[in-house]
Amino acid sequence: MTQAPRPRLAVWKFASCDGCQLSLLDCEDELLALAGAIEIANFPEASRTFIEGPYDLSLVEGSITTAHDAERIKMVREQSKFLITIGACATAGGIQALRNFADVDDFVAAVYASPQYISTLKTSTPISAHVPVDFELHGCPINKQQLLEVISAFLAQRKPQIAAHSVCIECKRRGTTCVMVQGKPCLGPVTHAGCGAICPAFGRGCYGCFGPMETPNAASLMREWQLLGASQRDMHRALRTFNVAAEPFLTESKTHGD
Amino acid sequence: MDDRQAPPHRAVITVEGVGQLLAELATRGHRVLGPTARDGAIVYDDIGAVSDMPQGWTDRQDAGRYKLERRDDDALFGYAVGPQSWKKFLHPPMETIWRSRRTESGLAIDAPIAVSEKFAFIGVRACELHAIAIQDRVFLEGPYVDKAYGVRRQDAFIVATNCAVAGGTCFCVSMGTGPKAQSGFDLALTEIIEDDRHVFLVEVGSDAGADVLAHIEHQPAARMDVIAADTIIAHTAANMGREMETTGLKELLQGNLTHEQWEKVADRCLSCGNCTMVCPTCFCTTVEDHSDLAGLNAERVKEWDSCFTQDFSYIHGGSVRKSTSSRYRQWMTHKLASWIDQFGTSGCVGCGRCVTWCPVGIDITAEAAAIRAAPQKSSVVADARA
Repeated sequence: MTQAPRPRLAVWKFASCDGCQLSLLDCEDELLALAGAIEIANFPEASRTFIEGPYDLSLVEGSITTAHDAERIKMVREQSKFLITIGACATAGGIQALRNFADVDDFVAAVYASPQYISTLKTSTPISAHVPVDFELHGCPINKQQLLEVISAFLAQRKPQIAAHSVCIECKRRGTTCVMVQGKPCLGPVTHAGCGAICPAFGRGCYGCFGPMETPNAASLMREWQLLGASQRDMHRALRTFNVAAEPFLTESKTHGD
Repeated sequence: MDDRQAPPHRAVITVEGVGQLLAELATRGHRVLGPTARDGAIVYDDIGAVSDMPQGWTDRQDAGRYKLERRDDDALFGYAVGPQSWKKFLHPPMETIWRSRRTESGLAIDAPIAVSEKFAFIGVRACELHAIAIQDRVFLEGPYVDKAYGVRRQDAFIVATNCAVAGGTCFCVSMGTGPKAQSGFDLALTEIIEDDRHVFLVEVGSDAGADVLAHIEHQPAARMDVIAADTIIAHTAANMGREMETTGLKELLQGNLTHEQWEKVADRCLSCGNCTMVCPTCFCTTVEDHSDLAGLNAERVKEWDSCFTQDFSYIHGGSVRKSTSSRYRQWMTHKLASWIDQFGTSGCVGCGRCVTWCPVGIDITAEAAAIRAAPQKSSVVADARA
């Protein structure tokens, strides 16, 4: 029996820490099944094998922070039948989008000994600001089970089961007692589910790693944070992390001074 | 009066007797579940002995606030309801409905057979008995029976507890669901703590309950024990943290569907779904299909869902309830009004969990009162009558 050709996968990196594509390699128990179901054609972090495009599925990690990358993402899109962005950098611009609200030259001067060699844009923007994206998988980093779900759904040509509701629903399903009602400020009620509500399960408030949920009411949540004793700076900083450029978090952060 | 004239279906046990009760139920093959203090709250989990229970603890509750505090006695049940309800056992957050796998001859379907864990619930409050009865109606008494729920439910042994403390968000008196357990239990306890003794008045609610009681040390109940218990329950009833006027509530809400209060509450509401998750009667689930990478295995799972999500009302073309006001209205009018049309009772038992566990402290009793205080001038009902 001849085997049907497997769909070709490419994994691309833009401005990012590699953590999200590492999630793919972290799928230890499922890696063989993955390699059996899909041809890993271009994944430099995993293999020196390089097969030219076009690709059936591209996973894109990272944000656009250079003029070069702004061109390169167009090339990726052209070669990809289906393009999925993975992680907070690719879906929202990442922590590096803090530059959007400051002078990037100040950052460059502070970080690099020879800033004259650095050529960078003044902003960090999500992939969707440059090319059409077929699906966005949120998280900093993404959840590997969710990544497997998205790839499995792609292979079966079905809708991925990725909920866009709050972290609270995950908290309650796993039986965690609400930390916010017990006095700890938590971003869970405005944050996109997906991590499995890890932090509240360990008695910490949610940090918002998965970005805004589908219908976030950050203004109401921040009013409650204030009642719990959070300062303007606390709120500003909590909203300005990995998903700082996600509109609902950004808009609310602007109403609280640093 | 002679103490022996107390009704025979009542008895008195000690704290040791409660320990014997837990052991007896375990001996009979029950998974014994009851209150225990964990992560700063009283939750329901496996308990093996009295020492696992929150002895000497109470809770302070208000809208969006919960805190455990020490009592100045060793009460076993000296607190109100916590964040969880028995729903998590009878109607679990996630359940696999069936699995399928591709075989050489086709597709093999494997539907897991519902297995009873023979639950024994310790410390079920009157409001929770009503909540269980409501879920029984939803899952077992309609045209579509949830067999897995039925199997779990039929073997559950219920030890109720009459509340000696009203929580800051309790309003069972308004809803007619407490604080005394009237039916739906095998045994019901009322904790009596006096200067020189710490006992429990036991009321027998079933033959199974009588049989279990016969196997633990007990004394006949004296008339003074019954009076003491009634006094405790009356004190609880008189100290409800909240109240809700229910007269005409269904018509009031159904006639105020465009009231400005829905927009006001939407300004606060996070649409996070916490109220529906903690509600002991909310029963909605979503069904998800998953398949594996190789395309060999698939499964269908059922998970708790919430009417506060966009997906909940998603039909062709989008979500029907896009605004938060429409979603809050859907939840509250279903709970307090259309539930009556659908199931014959209110969907609210006055446990106060949705009030306590709302991260921003939205209070369903205050929302209902706000609409009652100033009903909209032109209501649907008024229009219909005109």
